[in-house]
Amino acid sequence: MRIIAGWLRDFVDIPADDRQLAEALTSAGIAVESVQEEHGQTVYEMDLTTNRVDAMNHYGVAREASAIYDVPLKAVEPKLPAAKVPRAAPPSVSGPIGMTSLADQMEAVATSLETDTFPIVIEDAQGCARYTARIVRNVKIGPSPQPIIARLELLGSHSINSVADATNYALNELGHPTHAFDLDLLEGGTIIVRRARAGETLKTLDGIDRNLTTEDLVIADAKKPVALAGVMGGFDTMITERTRNVLIESAWFEPWTVRSMAKRHGMHTDASHRFERGADYGITPLACDRVAELILHSAGGGLHGQPIDAVARRLERLPVALRTSEVRRNLGVEISKGEIERILGRLGFGVMAAGTAAPAVDFTVSIPSWRLDVEREIDLLEELARIYGYNKFPNSLPSFVGAVVELPHEAKISRTRETMLALGYNETISITFIPEPEAKAFAGFEALVLANPLSEEAGSMRTSLLPGLLNQIGYNLNRGNSDVRLFEAGEVFERKSDRHEERRHLALAATGDVLPGTLHSAPQPYTFFHLKGDIGELLAAFEHQSLQFGANAQPYLHPGRSARAMMDGETVAVFGQLHPEQAAARKLRQDVYLAEVMLDRLFRHALRDPRYCRISKFPAVARDFSFVFDDAVTWEKIALAVSELRIAQVMSLRPAEIFLGEKVGTGKYSILIRAEFQSQERTLRDDEVADWASQVISKLQSLGGVLRAQ
Amino acid sequence: MYTVPKLDDYSPGALDRAAAELLRALDDETTSLHNESDWRAFRDRWLARKNGVLTQVNDTWLKAAPGPAKRDVGQRVNALKARVEAAIEEAQGKLHASTSDAKLLSERLDITLPGIQRPIGVRHPVLRVMDEIVAVFKAMGYSIGEGPEVETDYYNFESLNFPPNHPARDTQDTLFISGQEQKPTRDRLLLRTHTSPVQIRTMEKQPPPVRIVIPGKVHRNDPLDATHSPVFHQVEGLAVDANITFCDLKGTLDHAMKTLFGSSVKTRFYPSFFPFTEPSADMQVSCIFCGGKGCRKCKFSGWIELLGCGMVDPNVFDFVKHNGYDSSKISGFAFGMGVERIAILKYEVEEIQLFYEGDVRFLEQFA
Repeated sequence: MRIIAGWLRDFVDIPADDRQLAEALTSAGIAVESVQEEHGQTVYEMDLTTNRVDAMNHYGVAREASAIYDVPLKAVEPKLPAAKVPRAAPPSVSGPIGMTSLADQMEAVATSLETDTFPIVIEDAQGCARYTARIVRNVKIGPSPQPIIARLELLGSHSINSVADATNYALNELGHPTHAFDLDLLEGGTIIVRRARAGETLKTLDGIDRNLTTEDLVIADAKKPVALAGVMGGFDTMITERTRNVLIESAWFEPWTVRSMAKRHGMHTDASHRFERGADYGITPLACDRVAELILHSAGGGLHGQPIDAVARRLERLPVALRTSEVRRNLGVEISKGEIERILGRLGFGVMAAGTAAPAVDFTVSIPSWRLDVEREIDLLEELARIYGYNKFPNSLPSFVGAVVELPHEAKISRTRETMLALGYNETISITFIPEPEAKAFAGFEALVLANPLSEEAGSMRTSLLPGLLNQIGYNLNRGNSDVRLFEAGEVFERKSDRHEERRHLALAATGDVLPGTLHSAPQPYTFFHLKGDIGELLAAFEHQSLQFGANAQPYLHPGRSARAMMDGETVAVFGQLHPEQAAARKLRQDVYLAEVMLDRLFRHALRDPRYCRISKFPAVARDFSFVFDDAVTWEKIALAVSELRIAQVMSLRPAEIFLGEKVGTGKYSILIRAEFQSQERTLRDDEVADWASQVISKLQSLGGVLRAQ
Repeated sequence: MYTVPKLDDYSPGALDRAAAELLRALDDETTSLHNESDWRAFRDRWLARKNGVLTQVNDTWLKAAPGPAKRDVGQRVNALKARVEAAIEEAQGKLHASTSDAKLLSERLDITLPGIQRPIGVRHPVLRVMDEIVAVFKAMGYSIGEGPEVETDYYNFESLNFPPNHPARDTQDTLFISGQEQKPTRDRLLLRTHTSPVQIRTMEKQPPPVRIVIPGKVHRNDPLDATHSPVFHQVEGLAVDANITFCDLKGTLDHAMKTLFGSSVKTRFYPSFFPFTEPSADMQVSCIFCGGKGCRKCKFSGWIELLGCGMVDPNVFDFVKHNGYDSSKISGFAFGMGVERIAILKYEVEEIQLFYEGDVRFLEQFA
């Protein structure tokens, strides 16, 4: 929204230049985002918060300036010629309006209308609390006077015609949306505010035919809807060059009604913007008179009859008790009673010293009809604080006694991140949404699906971190980054029948070389066993009785190069090479390795406590065994078989070399196994070692191993 | 070559001359040692038990000495013995030093060649900044809290004083979970649009006083581009106690910003609007790049807007009144900041999407 500084000065004498004013307004929460000079005028681009609909106009901003500089705000008093029929004096909004007295006044007017020829019927008091109207006859539609056009153009609006411009001008001046109908196109000589009937349609001013629902609030004549209440007028009853007689509408529509209607029809207008944030209930007669004044000035013609003011229900604003003790308790400073009266008074609040009946209360404050955002004592404190000046409050630190509590898994997540970083994986964050088919392909459970996704590719909450990491691997490869290692710790989401679960996972993705080739060394490509080693390093940080690796059935991984890690019998990680079909579908031209660790399960294990084991003083003895086995005899089986011998002195057993090829035969492999024997008590004797070696040999032969010449 | 002469004169003068001659010979021989075998021959010649120079000295000088001179000769021979042994040891040391110098010279490397680096991974810049912010508040006595990313309408909106249908909800661009139509509005699932729901979750679990800082991921319906991201991070803070004031809010944030950005940083506060705080404020820091003089970063204003904050609205306390949050007795403040925004400022990253592409050329710069 734009504000013309010169227009503000119509209402208040500001003892500051336009730039100083902009800063002062911003400091008081009426944010001026930028100040521009256009055609010799200072124009502010405003950035107002949604609660301050009352300041989305020049008079409202002028009121703020009056409070900031403690100078009077001039009243808006339309000068209207006597109507053909005598009427009640128009109200003005220069000061606080006691709603009760105003409503009483209006009621008197409304009663007198019953003899008028243009009845207004509010059928829906919930949606429309008040509807004020005036009739101007014999207008001559033409261009507006230059000063009006100039101001509207500075605000970024195009001049339409003298009547439409009058409503637009008044909107920018007073903030209240009004509408002008071509009176002669209203059928049946009446206005009815009601909900639309099933099947009714309305062509709105923008030329679009709208199908109405029974929840839409419309302004109708005797036969048809003529406007979407508070959103937009109808096309067929709009002001044209042929218009001779005008009905001015100045009403108060209920925020929720307007908001849901605007949403339903996908419309956002100046009018709906204000009504849905809460317009000024008390200003409808004044806004109506101001529009009438502008029309008479721009388009000629004359007032016809009395102002028509139909009040379906009153908006009561209860007075609020204000205690200086609460000012001190919440804001931390004293603001004098005089200052309180001055600030609130300038903002249009009625401030009265509270009676002796409630000694703790200092003031009873009546709330002006335009401040729907103020209804409690704390709201008044904010008014005081912002005009007093936030930056005048001294800084202090609250005292506190208590301990800092960490998240339950803080140490584990830190350890996990540190391990991955130390292993050379870069930390990354991927987008939380994945395509629905991938949500299925990468997890064996149901996904949470979004109702309003960003795109089809982002239709589902991730069930796995892997699709996101694969995208990032692809992104890197496409840009020539061929050695990539990434990890992400984040949440995955599962839909359960009547609830949902959010679980923390860790994902790894790697491709290319672990160590790039250098002058000194050959490149070392990343392999399955690098991945397995890294997983092992991570899992070793957690307490467990057993850790086993089993074949894996994840469909997105290479069936022969993937595995799961089971800690104490529970799968805590799945990992392996990306399935070549998946790689091809993603146009990944390098082998990619992936792992997903279920941190929620892993974190049920405590972090490992270091344990000390005495280092033997006696020498270790190594023995090598060379065997040929069938492929079906895995290393795990060999290691298990040797452990079953329960020779306490076997300190380590490892595969030293593996040979394949014609000499060994198909379906077989040759392996060199190295065992180390050591005792805590003494130096081992040759005959003992020879005995254990022969036990190992016969055990391995029982697995079908053929001992090769030693 | 030196031979041990027979002594006729055992006077001190004669003994001195004989000793000096022997030592001169020792010196001469040490200078002509070129390798290990020279040295070994040298050592044997002087120290061998049979016929070594020292043995001869013992036999020829000491044994032959007349009774009264024996004591003096004995002392002189012992001294000579020590000198000879030291000279032999020294000669060996010199010999070793010269051969290993040559060897080491031949093993010389061009130490200006690049080393073999085994790179360690790099923390994500956003999480790094988030950790820094959390650490600042932790040092001020704030505990750490967390909450779910998929939230209910109740925690994300209703209990934070966003009534259903309120226009303030529009500013949040919320992503909703499908299939929630059967549920009451407050139970419907959505992606939290801010970390503020954890305020209520914390107060439900814990009576006052509360001092908590909440780092977390939030989502909005904004497609990824240079200036928007559907995923971003916030750090939320909440302090509730008897007698917490607006001055405490200002002082706490001012202190935190000075810790984060340096003690010369200034803060200032503007009125703002958040449904769950009253009064509400936006906080600006003096530009961390130009020190407040005005530059491109701060759009020549000297100030950078960094976070939203305010005093906890009594309506929010009303939702947890049963747990000791009576707004007539306690008060509190809350604040929330966007981590990406701070990371972008701090590292001068031009596009927010760089944080979510995983480009290692980008990530590795934050080592």
